[in-house]
Amino acid sequence: MRLKRRKRENQRLMPIKNLKDPGRGVFTRRALLVMAVQTGALGVLANKLYKLQVQDGDRYARMAASNRVSKRYLAPPRGRIVDRYGIALANNKENWRALLMPEETTDVAGTIERFSSIIPLDERDRARIAREMRHQRRFVPVMLRDFLSWDEMARIELNAPSLPGVLIDVGTRRVYPEGELLAHIVGYVAPPNEKDVARSALLALPGMRVGRAGIEQSQDDKLCGTAGSVEMEVNAVGRVMSELNREEGAAGAEIGLTIDRGLQQKVLNRIADQTASAVVMDCRNGEVLAMVSTPSFDPSLFDSGVSHAQWIEWTNNERTPLINKTVAGVYPPGSTFKPAVAMAGLQSGLFSPSDRVFCPGHLDVGGTRFHCWSRWGHGSIDLHQALKFSCDVYFYEMARRVGMDKIAEVAHQFGLGTPLDIELPHTRTGLIPTPAWRQAHHHHWNGGDTIVSGIGQGFVQVTPLQLATYTSRLATGRAVQPHLVRALNRTVGPQATPEHWPALDMPPKYLEALRSGMFAVVNEQHGTAPKAKLDIPGVTLAGKTGSAQVRRVSRALRESGHFNSANLPWEYRPHALFICFAPYENPQYAVSVVIEHGNAGADAAAPLARDIMTDTLLRDPSNHTTAPPEPVAEPAPAAAEAPPPKTDTTP
Amino acid sequence: MKFHKRLLRAEPSFRLLAKLWRISWLYVLLICTLAGVGYVTLYSAAGGAPYPFAAPQAARFAVGLVLMVCVAMLPPKILVRIAWPLYALSLVLLVAVLHMGHVGKGAERWLMIGGLQVQPSEYAKVALVLALATWFYRINYSRMGNPLWLLPPAFMVLLPVVLVLKEPNLGTGTIIGGIGATLFFAAGMRLWQIALLLLPVPYMAKFAYAHLHDYQRARITTFLNPESDPLGAGYNIIQSKIALGSGGMWGQGYLHGSQGQLNFLPEKQTDFIFTMLAEEWGFAGAIVVIGLLLLLILGGMLMAIRSRNRFGRLVALGISMNFFLYCLVNLSMVMGAIPVGGVPLPLVSYGGSAMLNVMLGFGLLLSTWVHRDSRFGESDEEDPA
Repeated sequence: MRLKRRKRENQRLMPIKNLKDPGRGVFTRRALLVMAVQTGALGVLANKLYKLQVQDGDRYARMAASNRVSKRYLAPPRGRIVDRYGIALANNKENWRALLMPEETTDVAGTIERFSSIIPLDERDRARIAREMRHQRRFVPVMLRDFLSWDEMARIELNAPSLPGVLIDVGTRRVYPEGELLAHIVGYVAPPNEKDVARSALLALPGMRVGRAGIEQSQDDKLCGTAGSVEMEVNAVGRVMSELNREEGAAGAEIGLTIDRGLQQKVLNRIADQTASAVVMDCRNGEVLAMVSTPSFDPSLFDSGVSHAQWIEWTNNERTPLINKTVAGVYPPGSTFKPAVAMAGLQSGLFSPSDRVFCPGHLDVGGTRFHCWSRWGHGSIDLHQALKFSCDVYFYEMARRVGMDKIAEVAHQFGLGTPLDIELPHTRTGLIPTPAWRQAHHHHWNGGDTIVSGIGQGFVQVTPLQLATYTSRLATGRAVQPHLVRALNRTVGPQATPEHWPALDMPPKYLEALRSGMFAVVNEQHGTAPKAKLDIPGVTLAGKTGSAQVRRVSRALRESGHFNSANLPWEYRPHALFICFAPYENPQYAVSVVIEHGNAGADAAAPLARDIMTDTLLRDPSNHTTAPPEPVAEPAPAAAEAPPPKTDTTP
Repeated sequence: MKFHKRLLRAEPSFRLLAKLWRISWLYVLLICTLAGVGYVTLYSAAGGAPYPFAAPQAARFAVGLVLMVCVAMLPPKILVRIAWPLYALSLVLLVAVLHMGHVGKGAERWLMIGGLQVQPSEYAKVALVLALATWFYRINYSRMGNPLWLLPPAFMVLLPVVLVLKEPNLGTGTIIGGIGATLFFAAGMRLWQIALLLLPVPYMAKFAYAHLHDYQRARITTFLNPESDPLGAGYNIIQSKIALGSGGMWGQGYLHGSQGQLNFLPEKQTDFIFTMLAEEWGFAGAIVVIGLLLLLILGGMLMAIRSRNRFGRLVALGISMNFFLYCLVNLSMVMGAIPVGGVPLPLVSYGGSAMLNVMLGFGLLLSTWVHRDSRFGESDEEDPA
């Protein structure tokens, strides 16, 4: 039956030629059509390929190039910081680190656990490792621990078989061989924060550090050097395949300071147990030879990150170890301000050195009584005696007549209350108050303000470095600027010569009058600071004491006759100050000492200043090109008793 | 029984050597050339080394070549007999892979059978070609006009298509559907039937899109705008285009294609092998390869036309169409002309399952060529003298 139906259908399709194979014609035609479609489709694709490869080829080729070239920066070594004799104050040291290459271990967590059983990892380490593991690709090593000791490295090497993927690598860390001694000057470095990285891509490199204080901060651009770069061919996941081009960077410059490390140590020894600051300057060229602020801190703690507890301890300490008091501590100058007031008086033409003022022990102005430190007064005295006795009334009267504006002008010329061009960050300017300044702050300037300013009290505030600069300018008549950077890559700059600094606009004879007054303070009978007299034969020192009240002494207390500042609580005692220069005939060195709450300048500060000056004169750093040999054990008094170098100049 | 005996008599008898002689060795040479291109490119994909891609692939090709020649010896009558069992087996495997298959990259599924990775969807294509050719040969051209005779083969196509789409493998599902449609067309489907079928196509497309998986839709979206997700789903297309473009007219030189050698190119040894090739050899090399592929496709089609029996014609056309669709989908994919789907370039891409299936297909193709003059299937009345 089926066959019959097939026959019938075949008959119906009679026109088809091949009766034995019906459908072959249709198949052939349709197969040819399919072939045409196939050829056409591949042709369309070939055309598209032509467009992609040949017509737009350049554009894609450029995209390919950026795909495969990756530029990476090479961290340059940070420049060293050395003292004037080339002794390293900040150096780079190898930092051995343990790294983990995650792709080389099958069990990352297990490897870290085993590692921590050999070298303990604290919570901070673990948190940091976990964070880095999340963000980095598997072939970028993750730092497990740095600052490894030899002992720790040996333990890691010994356990290497159980620590797959752990490798030891060397980087650099910043070390400060002198530690606390120069912490305030040299400063410290710390890992860059996000703002730094946004400013310079170089800082994103591992191991890069940014200066955060002192010379490290102010000379950061010179110290950090320029980055090298290397262009590498990388694959899609960032793995380096080959190096194409390498450009070496330049190491940071070596900064040579004016500081004499040995002198710095001696000065520190003198004032280590005080809250104090001392500055030693070469008064002819402004080189800062020693600059000590106590207490200090250990700068190397910052390289690896300071603990929170340590930071709180530092910032809450009332003796402010982190602050460099020589440039950021401001104090009323007290009587050390008197030579500046005297210069204003002389320059105004209202006073001559020989003009006399009568001191009855007080001065009454506008119904207010201003006391001299001596209840009985000094009688009729001239400038020389006024400086020698440090008579307050003389300078009250001088300030009253000369006026505050003139005093401020002269004080600024001496470097007081003005910004100094020292290479340190975070400095303070201090203040020489004027009526204009007071009015700018919406207060009335009283005549009494001028009078107390005449003895360096009231609103007057200066830094110890300004005091040393003031002393240097008084001593030499040159407008020297204190500075700390002496040499760059061992080339000494022009500021090291006295001729670099212009003369002050002050008559030499007036300066001479002030110097002789300061000579009298120390060396004449009834001077206020006989304790400051040098023990070195033939060398004399001229200076000025200062005791700056931090709290107003009430009239009732003063008149009770029982007032003694030494009985006050520490924080209410006056600051003790002393400024001096030596040798008197041919000034070379200037010293300023400020002891916080040290009471009388003559008793607390003057002997220390004398000792510091003695140390300075014996070392004489300005006239030596190499550091004197350090005694193995350093008996401080023995150094003071050593024979002076210039005994032949005895007058 | 009587009918079958007559069929056997109708078959001209060949001795084995005579059959081997009848194989189109020119076509085999073309196949070997393309496989050679694959070897050379895989050598480069491994960074200039025979391992891990080129050498295993060459070994598989050798096995495939022997398989192909063996299959080419099978006469149509045996092929017709094994068509149904093969088709049933492929359906079983497709169901099995849905339940116990391994999943790779969210699309291709395979079964581990005796240590071999088997992709049932690949076998399903060959089995479907055989099954459809058997059906259409059995109902003959004359019955094609009756839609009732076309319903069973339609289900034969839809069954594997649905199963493969459920895997879910959009690319292979489309290819299976395409093969089926072409066989219907070539077998002599009437034009009015075709017109009737094409009417609802737009609605079906809409329905299909609604039932696509999220990652399949993502492919379509990124295909329309690859830059929208340059490091995600669009990454493959962009990197492939960059590689093609950086090849230029004459290429970057063998073993020097930066995109491929530096691993920017994803799956360069499998789906994106053509990109790698075109980057290193340029447009000039790529067009030669496309020409080779076209020769193989058209050669297969000519064999189909030349065959004197309906079964052989349909088998040869189905196999050629399968090969063509493979190439079309893969090339369009690497050029960013269609969404990415896991379809390798036959004979060139690295992969055992695909290689053996392609060689199996060529075996069937050559079998139709060897038996091209067989009057297999012609009825009594029209038996040749």
